[in-house]
Formats: sequence, C-alpha cells, structure tokens
Amino acid sequence: MAIIKLPECKVNQLKEICKSFNNDSGELINVLHKAQDVFGYLPAEVQEIVAKELNVSVAHVYGVVSFYSFFTMTPKGRYPISICMGTACYVRGAEKVLDEFRRELGVQVGESTPDGRHSLACLRCVGACGLAPVVMVGEKVYGRVAPEDVKGILAEYANL
Amino acid sequence: MTQIKMHLLVCGGTGCRSSHSELVAKALNESLANHGLDAEAKVVSTGCFGFCEKGPIVKVVPDNTFYVQVNPDDAEEIVKEHVLKGRKVQRLLYLDPEKEKTVSDDRHMTFYKKQIRIALRNCGFIDPENIDEYIARDGYSALAKCLTEFTPQQVIDIIKKSGLRGRGGGGFPTGLKWEITSRVQADQKYVICNADEGDPGAFMDRSILEGDPHSVIEAMAINGYCTGASKGLVYIRAEYPLAIKRLQIAIDQARKYGLLGENIFGTGFNFDIELRYGAGAFVCGEETALIHSMEGKRGEPTFKPPFPSEHGYLGKPSNVNNVETYANVPVIILKGPEWFASIGTEKSKGTKVFALAGKVNNVGLIEVPMGITLREVIFEIGGGIKGGKEFKAVQTGGPSGGCLTARHLDTPIDYDNLLAAGSMMGSGGMIVMDEDDCMVSIAKFYLEFTVEESCGKCSPCRIGNKRLHEILEKICKGEGTMEDLEKLKNLSQVIKDTSLCGLGQTSPNPVLSTLENFWDEYVEHVVDKKCRAGVCKSLMKYTIDQEACVGCTACARACPVNAISGERKQPHTINQSICIKCGACMEKCKFNAVLLQ
Ligand SMILES: Cc1cc2nc3c(=O)[nH]c(=O)nc-3n(C[C@H](O)[C@H](O)[C@H](O)COP(=O)(O)O)c2cc1C
Ligand code: SF4
Ligand code: SF4
Repeated sequence: MAIIKLPECKVNQLKEICKSFNNDSGELINVLHKAQDVFGYLPAEVQEIVAKELNVSVAHVYGVVSFYSFFTMTPKGRYPISICMGTACYVRGAEKVLDEFRRELGVQVGESTPDGRHSLACLRCVGACGLAPVVMVGEKVYGRVAPEDVKGILAEYANL
Repeated sequence: MTQIKMHLLVCGGTGCRSSHSELVAKALNESLANHGLDAEAKVVSTGCFGFCEKGPIVKVVPDNTFYVQVNPDDAEEIVKEHVLKGRKVQRLLYLDPEKEKTVSDDRHMTFYKKQIRIALRNCGFIDPENIDEYIARDGYSALAKCLTEFTPQQVIDIIKKSGLRGRGGGGFPTGLKWEITSRVQADQKYVICNADEGDPGAFMDRSILEGDPHSVIEAMAINGYCTGASKGLVYIRAEYPLAIKRLQIAIDQARKYGLLGENIFGTGFNFDIELRYGAGAFVCGEETALIHSMEGKRGEPTFKPPFPSEHGYLGKPSNVNNVETYANVPVIILKGPEWFASIGTEKSKGTKVFALAGKVNNVGLIEVPMGITLREVIFEIGGGIKGGKEFKAVQTGGPSGGCLTARHLDTPIDYDNLLAAGSMMGSGGMIVMDEDDCMVSIAKFYLEFTVEESCGKCSPCRIGNKRLHEILEKICKGEGTMEDLEKLKNLSQVIKDTSLCGLGQTSPNPVLSTLENFWDEYVEHVVDKKCRAGVCKSLMKYTIDQEACVGCTACARACPVNAISGERKQPHTINQSICIKCGACMEKCKFNAVLLQ
C-alpha cells in the first residue's frame, strides 16, 4: 500500500474522535465509522493511529476493518456508483446493468476509474424494491434502470 | 384559529423518497401557502404506505383518497381541485388493472383488503418525527399500563398467552425468552433490538423504524421492566441513514418527555436506549455475532448455549428481539392477548410483514395474518405476475430459505408449514419469480451471497459453500454432470449438519429446495445443455435467420463488440467466438431475424 502522510490537523481530528469515545476499545466500530466519514476510507495509517489511541493491536483493527464490508481501505470515486444486487433487483435484471457499467467504465467491481470520477460497487438492497433495478450514484437514486440507460446516467457526470 | 380540516399524508419512506417524495411535500406546502390554505390543510411526511410499486404516494384524510405516482408538478392541481373545491384529481387515482376503473380510496384497493396492520399500524399514518402524533394514537399508554397496573411477571404472562413468536427468523416464543432473561440474576442486564436486517430483499424492519420508531422504543422499555434491565441497545445497519436519524430523533423526544431516562411515570423505573451501528456483515444478524460486533470485535458467532439471555453483551444477560417482534408488543398489551391469539393459525399467531418483490405487479410492504395462502398474497394483494407471465416460484426466507412452487400456492403461510415445505419464514423477504428466471442461477445467486458473507470461522461453511458455488457455476456453464448433482445434495447435507451457526446450517437450503422442486431444470442444464429461461449465457446462442434478415445493418451497429458481419441488403451472420451474448442485436432487429437458442 502506498505510504501517505496524513496532515497534522487530520491526525489531531482522529485523536479527538477516539477521545470522544473515551478511547474505549469496545467503541472501535463507532470510531471507525467516524474516521471513514472524515477520510472517506481507512488507509493503514489511520488504522495505526486508531490502534494506538484505543490501545489495541493494529492486527485487531485491521481484522475488524477487513471483516465488515462497509469499511474500505481504498478511496472511492468522486461519484461512487453502487448497483443494488438485492434479490429483487437481481431478478429484475441488475446483473445486465452491472455488465453495462463495467463495460462503459472499463473497471471491475471495487475499482475506480483512472480519473477518480467513478468507483463501482455492489450493494445489497437499498429497500426501494418497487423501483428495481436500482442504481445509486452518490446519494442520488436511479430506479428501473435498463442497460440502455447507463450511457445517459454517466453522461450526467461527464463534465463534473 | 381555524382548525386543520384536511391532512395530506406524503410517504417519506426510502422507496418513495428515492422517487423524490420530499419534493412533492415541498410543492404541496408551497401551493397551500400560495392559496392561503395552510391553516386548513397540513402536509405530513409519514412512513411507508407499503404500496411502493406506485410511489410517490399521497393520501388525503379524512376522505382516504389515495393518489399514486405523484410528481411535484401535480401539487398545484391537488391543492386547487381537491383541497379547495373538494374534487378528486381523477388522473392521479389508482387504476384497478382488473376492472380498469379508478379506485378513489385505499379501503377499496385489493392491495389493502386482505391486510391486517398491527406492526405497521402507524406506518403511513403519523409523522414519525413527532412524538405527539404517536401519543395521540395511544402511544406509550401500554408502557404506562405495564408500569402502573402489572407486575413484570404479569406482563410476561400476557406476552406468553398471546402466542407471539420471534419475527427475526427463528420463531422462538417471545414471552418464554423474556421469562428466561428475567429469571437470571445479575447486577446489569440489557435489552437488545436486532435491526441488522441482512436478507437482501427485505426491508420491513427498516420501514417500521422509519415510519414508527416509538413503538419499538416503547416495547424495549416494557421489556426492560419485565427482565429487570435498565439499558437498551439497538444494533442498526449503517446503510440505513434515514432509519438511524428518525430513531435518534424519537429517542431524544422520548427522553424529553420523561418516557426514557430515570423514574419513568414516577414509578422509579429507569430505562434508556443507545444506538450501535453495524457495518455491513450479514452474519452480524445472528445474535451472538451481533453481540460481539457491539463489543467492537469481528462479528463471529459463538456456540450456543450459553444463550444471550444468560451470557450476552459484556457477559451480562441480554434479551435479543427483532424490530418487528417489538413493534407488536404495545398493541398486545393494550388489546389483550386473546385478541392477538385470535388472529393466525394454531401455532403461529398474529400477522407477518413481508417485503413482496420481484415479478409481481404490486411490489411493496404488506402485513398479512398468519395462515393466508401464497395465492392470496401473490395474485390478490400482489396483483399477479408482471406482464401476464407464468408464475414459477416464490422465494421466502432469503439466503436461508427455499423456493416454493405452484404446488404450494394454497398452503397456509405460517412458521411450521413453510419449514415443512423446505423453506422458512425468515425475516420476511418474499421474491416472486416467473418463467424467465432460471432456478439454477437463483441458487447460484444465493450461494454467491453466502460465500461472501460466511465469517470463515468454521470450515464446512467457509469451504463447503465455496465448493457448492463452484459446482453451480460449472452447471450454468454447461459443464456439469449428473454426478455433480449428487455431489450438490451430499455436500449440502454435510454443511447443514456440521456448521457452527445458523448461517452455515441454512445456507444450502436454496440449493436443496431448487433441486427438490426443479430437478428437471437441473437435468436440462446438465444433460441437454439447455437453459429454458434463457438466463445462462454459456448455454445460449444468438443466430441470424438467413431467410428473415433483410440486411438493414441495425444489428451490426448495435453490437458492442462487432461480432456481426454482412454487406448491406445481404443476410448478416454472427461470429460466435466474438459474441458476448448481450442480446442487443435481438432488441434492435425489427424483422425478428435474430434468434435465441
Ligand atoms: C445468519 C443469520 C442472520 C440473521 N439475521 C437476522 C436479522 O437480520 N434480523 C433479525 O432480527 N434476526 C436475525 N437472525 C436471527 C437472530 O439470531 C435472532 O434469532 C433474533 O434476532 C431473535 O429475535 P426474535 O426472537 O424476535 O426473532 C439471524 C440469524 C442468523 C443465523
Ligand atoms: S457457519 Fe459460517 S458464518 Fe457461521 S460461524 Fe461457521 S463460518 Fe461463520
Ligand atoms: S448478442 Fe450482443 S454481442 Fe452477440 S451478436 Fe448480438 S449484439 Fe453482438
């Protein structure tokens, strides 16, 4: 993993987060949620600081980060794309939509485009099954998406 | 001051919000203000109405007019016509597809006729962010009644007598669980609410928390009174931001009203609730894994016994129940256990909320009495299969459940019947499939899920499910043998028998039940190398009918990989080694010359 140096102020912010949970190791997951809010992802450096502050091993922190799919160690794109792969979306053709995004973006699930604009991920059930298949770009929800709609969706972000 | 005569209820659940119901609410408010009607009519953002298929929904009370697929642009017309002149906006009413007539109020919609709303009683009626509306509908009076009129054991007896069973999947008798937790001696106990809802395709717990968070809070406090716990914890998925927000607002309001905190109703009873966030792991819905996750650890299950009721969060006795289970409790206290037990079947009392989705006309959230048949659910409430296609199967119980077929359409739905039919109640996902769904692929889909979600602690589940998935993949590619089908069966049984937790013990169910109910389809994949639903790409071949092709070149232009060649006005051909089987050519051809075999 590339070495990134965190700016001092971010390090302090991270320490503040740990402190707000009384540096209690039982609050590790809550601390990581807050840290991911701040940094967008959880690189090794962040995990090391959290481990030190909560007085647990880095392996323990890494074990938790890698266990839960909500935590990511790679940065997301500026407009992250998530395809719902819940059962309802699956039976209404989500896989074909995913294939189309893969092809249009030239990336696989879990990767980002080289310009950092989009990352591609699958998620499980946003609960808008009436709109299946569902795609989310950032916070925006697109419903009843067909493979033919993919180009148009991407075009909305092409100049952003 | 003029009195509010009319309420415009706008669905604020995640489904309708995804189609911009907030903008509808905003537009209605603006329009009311413009016409000087804001003192007479009020816009309320509620929880889910359940009729997600046709969202955003706007319901007008007191006349119960039910508007569907409302756009922000429609707001002005609703206000001018309906609020001002009392005339319903015909074009926004729900159109009954059978009678081809508009239905003006929800009581006459087939979607609602057979539903009984207990757990969802307030969803779609009240503003979930306003505690006064909950109180106005008898909210917190069940808690008051328990604290002032009943001993903890009396409350436990009421729940036992009602026959309420856990709605999180297992169906364990709720009253009995409360009793066990109450009898363990400890200085500290915990009340835990399981809001992890991991089944992909289930969203009832979320809808309850979004639409009626106070009912869960009230029930948790009642549980605290029964079991002797002063602390409650809700374990909720981080993927549910709206539910988290509304639950937090509700907790804050309850504290402000003295309904949480110290000395509740002046009875000396103390109880408070905190939230804990999940982080995207299906196995954390399992109660021991959930507890480890709340302690900040990896969410790996541990062997039971000891059960959480004896040894739970931080080693203290903890009562774990599901969101929907809790939501039933206040009503049972107020209306009495006999009333509740009068609904349902002999061993399954009350109602169950299902997230009805897939290939049905009316996708949505429904609450039906136990004992209703699948036929009633799919063909009456669900309005039948989309596009008039043939019903094939319905999947219940999510990744732990199985598929039921046309043969089970008249089986009354309850815990025991579903188990006997090779599926299970699960948390309430109900996915309907039609002739276009390949059952081998469905089994593979669920196995993919389990392989990803297995925590890896024990080898039958970690390795066994992976092998199952590989065999299914092989079959879908047309490389399977009859021997593989035997292997699937045997391995499934081993995984079920030897896995540590419920995830592994149930993960082969989708395979076993499809093998049992759709054996022919497996054999077709293996022997005839055919996928009758046309889903398994490797078993399909697109060709161009040389007779029918007029050489318009539409297909060649549509093909993303340039697999089609041919001169203008000459029949075209598809190069099979390049074709990725996307089907684009078939869609584009106006002469039906592209064939799928
Ligand atoms: C793999 C697995 C996943 C589970 N997921 C959930 C869930 O998402 N929500 C839930 O309430 N119960 C879930 N359960 C069941 C819980 O372990 C537990 O039985 C339940 O929360 C008890 O509450 P109840 O008696 O009110 O149903 C799951 C069980 C297993 C084995
Ligand atoms: S059965 Fe699967 S999920 Fe359960 S403990 Fe074993 S490996 Fe983990
Ligand atoms: S199915 Fe797709 S890839 Fe194959 S020939 Fe038709 S358009 Fe081209």
